[in-house]
Amino acid sequence: MGFGVSSFAALTATMAEREERRFAQVSRESVALMAESAGVELGEEMAAVLAEDVCYRLREAAQSCSQFMKHAKRKKLTVEDFNRALRWSNVEAVCGYGAQDALPFRSGKEGELFFVEDREINLIELALATNIPKGCAETMVRVNVAYLDGKGGVELQGAVPTAVQSLSDDLLKYYQQITRAILGDDPHLMKVKSVSHDLEQLNRLLHMVRSLVQNPYLYLGSYVRSLVSSVMYCILEPLAASINPLNDHWTLRDYAALLLSNIFWTHGDLVSGLYHQILLSLQKVLSDPVRPLCSHYGAVVGLHALGWKAVEKVLFPHLPAYWANLQAVLDDYSVSNAQVKADGHKVYGAILVAVERLLKMKALSLSHPGEWCFNAQTGSLAAAVGYSSPGLSPPPESLSEAAFGIASHLQAGSGGCPWEEWAPVSLPAMYLELYSFFGDSLAVRFSTGPGLDSPPYCPSALLREPKKEALGQGSNSDTARKMPQLTANLSISPRRDGSPRTDPPPPSLRSRYSSSRSAQRLTGLPRDVFPKARFASPQNGPPSFSFVIGGRQMGQRCQGRRPFQTVFAPTPPPAAVPPRAYAHKLPVIGRVGKPVRRWTCSHYSLLLPL
Amino acid sequence: MAAVQGGMVDEKEEVDIKTEPQSDGLMNTNATDGRQLSPSPSSSSSAGSTKSAAGAPEDQQTLLAVLQFLRKNKLTESVEILRREAGLPEDALDTKGADCSAPSSGGTAGGVDGLDAGSLLSRVAVSSSAGTPAPTKAVADDQPDVSVVLSAYSQQGDPALYKVYYSDLKKFIESVLDCHRAELSQVFYPLFVHMYLELVYNNHESEAKAFFEKFSGDQECYYEDDLRVLSSLTKKEHMRGNETLLDFRTSKFVLRISRDSYQLLKRHLQERQNNQIWNIIQEHLYIDIFDGMPRSKSQIDAMSGSLAGEAKREANKAKVYYGLLKEPEIEVPLDDEDEEAENEEGKPKKKKPKKDSMGSKSKKQDPNAPLQNRIPLPELKDSDKLDKIMYMKESTKRIRLGRENLPSICFYTFLNAYQGLTAVDFTDDSSLIAGGFADSTVRVWSVTPKKLRKVKSAADLNLIDKESDDVLERIMDEKTASESKILYGHSGPVYGISFSPDRNYLLSCSEDGTVRLWSLLTFTCLVGYKGHNYPVWDTQFSPYGYYFVSGGHDRVARLWATDHYQPLRIFAGHLADVTCTRFHPNSNYVVTGSSDRTIRLWDVLTGNCVRIFTGHKGPIHTLAFSPNGKFLASGATDGRVLLWDIGHGLMVSELKGHTDTVYALRFSRDGEILASGSMDNTVRLWDAAKAFDDLETDDFTAATGHIHLQDNSQELLLGTYMSKSTPVVHLHFTRRNLLLAAGSYAA
Repeated sequence: MGFGVSSFAALTATMAEREERRFAQVSRESVALMAESAGVELGEEMAAVLAEDVCYRLREAAQSCSQFMKHAKRKKLTVEDFNRALRWSNVEAVCGYGAQDALPFRSGKEGELFFVEDREINLIELALATNIPKGCAETMVRVNVAYLDGKGGVELQGAVPTAVQSLSDDLLKYYQQITRAILGDDPHLMKVKSVSHDLEQLNRLLHMVRSLVQNPYLYLGSYVRSLVSSVMYCILEPLAASINPLNDHWTLRDYAALLLSNIFWTHGDLVSGLYHQILLSLQKVLSDPVRPLCSHYGAVVGLHALGWKAVEKVLFPHLPAYWANLQAVLDDYSVSNAQVKADGHKVYGAILVAVERLLKMKALSLSHPGEWCFNAQTGSLAAAVGYSSPGLSPPPESLSEAAFGIASHLQAGSGGCPWEEWAPVSLPAMYLELYSFFGDSLAVRFSTGPGLDSPPYCPSALLREPKKEALGQGSNSDTARKMPQLTANLSISPRRDGSPRTDPPPPSLRSRYSSSRSAQRLTGLPRDVFPKARFASPQNGPPSFSFVIGGRQMGQRCQGRRPFQTVFAPTPPPAAVPPRAYAHKLPVIGRVGKPVRRWTCSHYSLLLPL
Repeated sequence: MAAVQGGMVDEKEEVDIKTEPQSDGLMNTNATDGRQLSPSPSSSSSAGSTKSAAGAPEDQQTLLAVLQFLRKNKLTESVEILRREAGLPEDALDTKGADCSAPSSGGTAGGVDGLDAGSLLSRVAVSSSAGTPAPTKAVADDQPDVSVVLSAYSQQGDPALYKVYYSDLKKFIESVLDCHRAELSQVFYPLFVHMYLELVYNNHESEAKAFFEKFSGDQECYYEDDLRVLSSLTKKEHMRGNETLLDFRTSKFVLRISRDSYQLLKRHLQERQNNQIWNIIQEHLYIDIFDGMPRSKSQIDAMSGSLAGEAKREANKAKVYYGLLKEPEIEVPLDDEDEEAENEEGKPKKKKPKKDSMGSKSKKQDPNAPLQNRIPLPELKDSDKLDKIMYMKESTKRIRLGRENLPSICFYTFLNAYQGLTAVDFTDDSSLIAGGFADSTVRVWSVTPKKLRKVKSAADLNLIDKESDDVLERIMDEKTASESKILYGHSGPVYGISFSPDRNYLLSCSEDGTVRLWSLLTFTCLVGYKGHNYPVWDTQFSPYGYYFVSGGHDRVARLWATDHYQPLRIFAGHLADVTCTRFHPNSNYVVTGSSDRTIRLWDVLTGNCVRIFTGHKGPIHTLAFSPNGKFLASGATDGRVLLWDIGHGLMVSELKGHTDTVYALRFSRDGEILASGSMDNTVRLWDAAKAFDDLETDDFTAATGHIHLQDNSQELLLGTYMSKSTPVVHLHFTRRNLLLAAGSYAA
């Protein structure tokens, strides 16, 4: 009978792709063979005629069974349909009973024989089994309002956690234990989204993820992706909890970022292209000005957690564009902006830490004598990045193998990525630019930053030399900052002076935004940080002179900050920085009214214990 | 009222129903004969024997035919000579004549043409039974027999030439003027089919295959399904019992061609002496010639696609009373006294002379409406009147839908329906929902908090106080209250279900060939209506209750009354399965959709087919009347929804958008919006009001039936609403115009 079944299936299959092969044919040999097995001797001619007739009858049955499928409003033809068609044409059904699921065909070892696997079932075992499977759930009707007044409201109706049902027994127990442990008695907390108001719960979920990841006996397989997505959710989403400033969602984000890198290092090999996906989504968040600052913070922290390569690739090229936005927030002193501003500082701090680490690691990799020797003297990292990429940022603990894997992801998957055209920037150039953003505070952190005692001081020394060369002719920025002054500034200048930045903000953008900023202050506007409207069609205005009152923010109000600055007074004099468009507007480090301890705390949290 | 014996109806009685005056009488017999899935003796005798008889009997037939011809022309001497030479018995001819007259004496002479008479002829010739002398009238009727028999031979031309003939014609049609080309191209498909069948029939298998290979690619894509069936058929033996084939042999393919184009074709064929093709055109094609401009390609495409070509123009000429019946006058309590009104519902005898606006609207007689008593309808019971009052009250709260004001959609999802959901229905007041399943069960759910209860047992019923006011409440057994009930009884998948308007009954039809009537008071089966001996695909109650219609694989639709166990009417004429059946809102008409890709409207009173709509390119799976009864919407496997004007018998609009079979259609309560649900997991809303308003039917279009459709699907589409991997099986508008959709979640 296996023969019959297979020919049916082949037949139905060919009906779909009739264009290629016209019809399945039952060969005369098959017919002769069948006859032989039934004890009948058939002549050649007879077999041929019979074979043809069998083909025709099969086709006919296949055609007539499709109507049963259509009327049952199904797309899948079942064995039952075929049996019905046979029964109605007064033919004994030969296919036996059908199951709902498709029966996979297996091929025999020799010849082109395909058959449905028919396992033997131990009836005794079945009869004496104690774990009697529960009957399938009762058929029921559930209603939901799918669309209100013909609009929106797309909620899944009848969301059954189907993934759960396919688990094996042991895993099911595990699942139940976990869910009970985490969710307690509340069965509704199936999704992260539904608990976005409850930091406790989220924290617990993250810990659960951590333990899942660290469980060496659990093969996560394709679930890594979903784990990553929920962790990413914690990092990036503007959680409901973050509306209340008292909630410390920052630590949650830090922890999630940590976890993300953890997952990535240990399980990154399970999902190809994961690294790129993560980078992409982080970048997307970062470049979306509508997102709240806490999301941006998450993105920065996440990048930081993924290693300095990620920071260099995504954050650094994006910084100039982003800086303008951040600046606007930090410069806004209105009361309504206070909360947003505090968030802005948080982001500022995160960027700073990330950038410092980037510089340090880069310097470290440059200066490392034995492993990768290269022409450090030129100050160009371009060549180095190219051939020493595998181990560029390997955290000491992480397996070198994993690092290799990831680096290969990085290389293999880079085709078609938005940062493909990203060209490595030389360390001094990078420093130069970063300095133009961060001013003194960068240098401070650079020299006294924690966690990097081991590297010799040489990188900064090494750094400073080319920097001095480069910046020697510039005027003193310190004076420019300290005294409020009117600077006439050709907006396009950053591009002209051959700055290494790949992506300067469009000139007209800045002039627009400085005006809109004042407008915003006048109206005392909204909490959403970077309204889109500000960026609409910035290009067409002709680049022109814009007058910016440089160093305005250095008025009395900022007095409180100066001690902070001077305490960590730099050993390397940042003397030679030319007056830059963004440098003027810099609020140095703005942490007005916030205890330093907390800063360090979150600073530590940004540090990777890898 | 020609009540017909259901079940094993024999042919003669079925003819008596006179479903269609002319050629459909033929289809009628074939519909019963044509239970081709089972090799019944009748099917082989009616269609097959004429042709399948081989060798000597065939010669004998020819001789008989010639003899008959001679005799008719009063060439008696020649008759004698021929008879003697052929060695035929003297009574041979007489016998034949007598039997040929049998159908005419049965009163259906007009209804039986060529083939049937031919089969009778051959049957007689072979068996040569004794008979009575022939009435002279029979001779006139015999004319077609002769031509049939003779043409059967004349067509056996050189098989190698078929290709030449066909490509010759093809070349000709491609060379004619553009305006004629589109029209003449219609000829290709039927010609192709018949030439192929002739080749197969005459055992030229390889030629047939080659012919098919060469020209099947030229045919219109919407004939693909039929071509697939044809291509699998390469042997004469297989022709017997093939449904599609019988359709081709027994029905004439109808083409509409302008006079000019027809003349062109005729002249060409005569010039070329192309008798082969001419004979096929004569015999198997019905060319409906009209005067005037030839139609364009798009016009033709809009109307073609059915199994047997377009509808003849006269088929859609009959007057249809599509108007609504006058609503019975019911005293409606004042709306502003809601509490009082609710009290009154208990005792409707207290009357107020106040009329509701809705009630008065339907008072004036619609000129297009049938007479109130054209079809005897059941009288309204008190409970029906109450329901009408409820309806009117609800309708005052109805939301007025339109382009700017789309309905909200509620989705009823059947969960854990592993056994397969095959049909869904809501009650008109949306209080109950029922599902038919592939595991032969019917399940009923209460959508409201009111639970479903059974009536108490007979013993308990004896105990209750029958005089009390709340006796209707007392008869219910509280112990049986539950949210859902399961009805067991069928022995095959339940393909269609329908609630009675009074919510007391439920109909279900199944693959087991029965329609069952269930009581929703006792939740038991009351009647099993047996008549369709094959799967029943759909059934529906009349909007006034009592009557219901069913249609199935046996290619007929049947009209039943709940208290008759046999059908009252049999609507025969479809060339393939009747896939869906609907009642017209005025209950005087029934519409059926079929896998022959046509829609037919039947008059319940006379049993006649009064409209044939062609234009769908796939089996029709759902139908819906607009609430005013003027329009019809149909959905098919091709994913298109077509709108039809019943009065004029014309296509109104074509709604393209769905990507899979449309299984559900419903007009909003005021007819402004059409909702369609499909296998592609979407519900789409269409601006029906606009489609109907834009319609301007001039006399010319009405007279010729030539429609111009502009492609405005995108304009009419108001919204596409995705479900979550749930095919939409049923749609329903509540009385307040909330759209309910239903389907089973496909994991």
